[in-house]
Amino acid sequence: MKIWDPLYECMPREDLEQLQLERLQATVNRVYKSVTCYKKKFDEAGIVPEDIRSLDDLEKLPFTTKEDLRLNYPYGMFAVPLREVVRIHSSSGTTGKPTVVGYTKNDIRMWSNLVARFMTAAGVTRDDVVQIAFGYGMFTGAFGLHYGSETIGASVIPMSAGNTEKQIMIMQDYKTTALVSTPSYALTIASRMEQMGVDPKSLSLKVGLFGSEPWSEAMRKEIESRLCISATDNYGLSEIIGPGVAGDCECKCGMHLFEDSFIPEIIDPDTGKVLPKGSVGELVLTTLTKEAFPMIRYRTRDITSLVYEKCDCGRTLARMKKTMGRSDDMLIIKGVNVFPSQIEEILFAIEGCEPHYQLVLEREGDTDVLIVRIEVTENIFFDEMKRQKSFVEQVERKLHSVLGVSASVKLVEPSSLPRHEGKAVRVIDNRKR
Amino acid sequence: MLRIKNINTYYGQVHALKNVSLHLNAGEIVSLIGANGAGKTTILNSLSAITPPRDGEILFEGKAITGLAPDRIVEMGISQVPEGRQVFKDFSVADNLELGAYLRFRSREKRSIIKQDMEDVFILFPQLSERRKQMAGTLSGGEQQMLAIGRALMAKPKVLLLDEPSMGLAPLVVQEIFRVITRLREEKGTSVLLVEQNAKAALKIADRGYVLETGKVLLEEKASDLLENREVQRAYLGKEKKEIWER
Repeated sequence: MKIWDPLYECMPREDLEQLQLERLQATVNRVYKSVTCYKKKFDEAGIVPEDIRSLDDLEKLPFTTKEDLRLNYPYGMFAVPLREVVRIHSSSGTTGKPTVVGYTKNDIRMWSNLVARFMTAAGVTRDDVVQIAFGYGMFTGAFGLHYGSETIGASVIPMSAGNTEKQIMIMQDYKTTALVSTPSYALTIASRMEQMGVDPKSLSLKVGLFGSEPWSEAMRKEIESRLCISATDNYGLSEIIGPGVAGDCECKCGMHLFEDSFIPEIIDPDTGKVLPKGSVGELVLTTLTKEAFPMIRYRTRDITSLVYEKCDCGRTLARMKKTMGRSDDMLIIKGVNVFPSQIEEILFAIEGCEPHYQLVLEREGDTDVLIVRIEVTENIFFDEMKRQKSFVEQVERKLHSVLGVSASVKLVEPSSLPRHEGKAVRVIDNRKR
Repeated sequence: MLRIKNINTYYGQVHALKNVSLHLNAGEIVSLIGANGAGKTTILNSLSAITPPRDGEILFEGKAITGLAPDRIVEMGISQVPEGRQVFKDFSVADNLELGAYLRFRSREKRSIIKQDMEDVFILFPQLSERRKQMAGTLSGGEQQMLAIGRALMAKPKVLLLDEPSMGLAPLVVQEIFRVITRLREEKGTSVLLVEQNAKAALKIADRGYVLETGKVLLEEKASDLLENREVQRAYLGKEKKEIWER
């Protein structure tokens, strides 16, 4: 399969590290000079740009957090005058002030090329018709994929989100070959198609580019079989650039992270210490090529791990595993890190189990107890107590083998779990801290 | 081809280069841009060991060249064309070119080969061919620049360090010089590190560029992107640096 930018995507590691060091030093020099927040943070940590003499020295620099972005709302973190900024995006700001990010003309071009890289890796070519079912607006997702498609030369249908029936009609009439949406919306489309009696095989659709929310391998398989497409994952966040940080290649064995533009680190979310290669922890990103909004060691709060072994596709870039959840969501049960998303994936994988569940944590004496409440559905409602019992045991066994801690499963009435914005309230922690 | 890591160069107490890291690939033209005193020439002089860096690492084709004498560095394949041409004014054009091959004479390379290389320089710069017996001091500025480049080429470099080749020259002559630089890369695969005040012209022929300020690298980008960067555009026009990177 084609590689969009072989010079950078297949660069020998030694050359890549030289390039990273040059760009890191330039970025650090620049932010120290132009962004007051960074200068202050570096000064407080007793660091000057000249202390960065190797990639390992990155560790000496202080982290940047979402809180820093809020404190410098709206333009305080920009490294260029506003007149050089040609685009402003921001987060939704559901929890407090939104975070604001900016792009220069060069940033937009660089962003477009990064998106073109993962779209090409997913199999999109200039012959494709790309339907973008992300919401346009302040959100970076739609624009990123839009520019990436245009850069490749594909035909873009800027559908925006919602109106599922119309999405399906356009898909049929305009002969859409690539769908861009959240993975959950892809399933919504699949369900509506089933209701409408539309056979996915009758469509021209061949590939899906899904992102902006964590999703499991089980969900990938489900989307692939229900829509008859290749479902690919990509990763990004608006604070860093939007989509275009990492994306699947045809091997689907981890998303290639564009290390010529971003340096990834994996840290322990509690201590902030950098973990050895291959460890699971929080992803921290430093931008290397951004002009308007450089980020130094930004804590993404996403939990993942990086693989540095060579990939069959020929790219030399490290691969990032699917995000397992947010470090904010991480539960420590009997000293073991557990993510609600892991449990979700197990429930999803067990046939017939719609993941409406709730995790309850109790402390009995000195021991943590994990209870998983699952709403029964028609599929797992058994008349026979024996079958019900064996189902519960099967889930418990599976949970224990994957999580490494035991959990007791309780089946509850349909729709009995409290809902919040359509989703069940996932975690109730009754342990005393 | 050429890889520099964290070099620090001083003029006495003056810290002229601070942790400069950069690289040059085979057959690549890379431009260094920045205001006066940013450290562009110092990078070239550090590479050629005229002002050796106090620390840091310079690798040429995988070998460390830090600490080597200037003549060793020329022998390995790095030639510098100094700012202000610095031709030997009282010598003829041909003698100037022969001096460029001094190390090759010293190592007893066949004179016929060196003669052939001189003819190649004359093919590259036909104006010099007509004036081979003329004293270098009587040449025009443009011709002296051509001679300085020709002299550097006589050492058969893999990397050419060019310091302000367009300085004081008429636009048409500048075009001619830049055309030759591109031709050298295409025909011989020579890598070029190009220092220029005339950033626009330099970035037009370069693949990549580094923006320097007060001894530090501030940006590394594709040359075409740097041309689009309005702050670089303003830097090229010579505005106060303070206005450019600060709000």
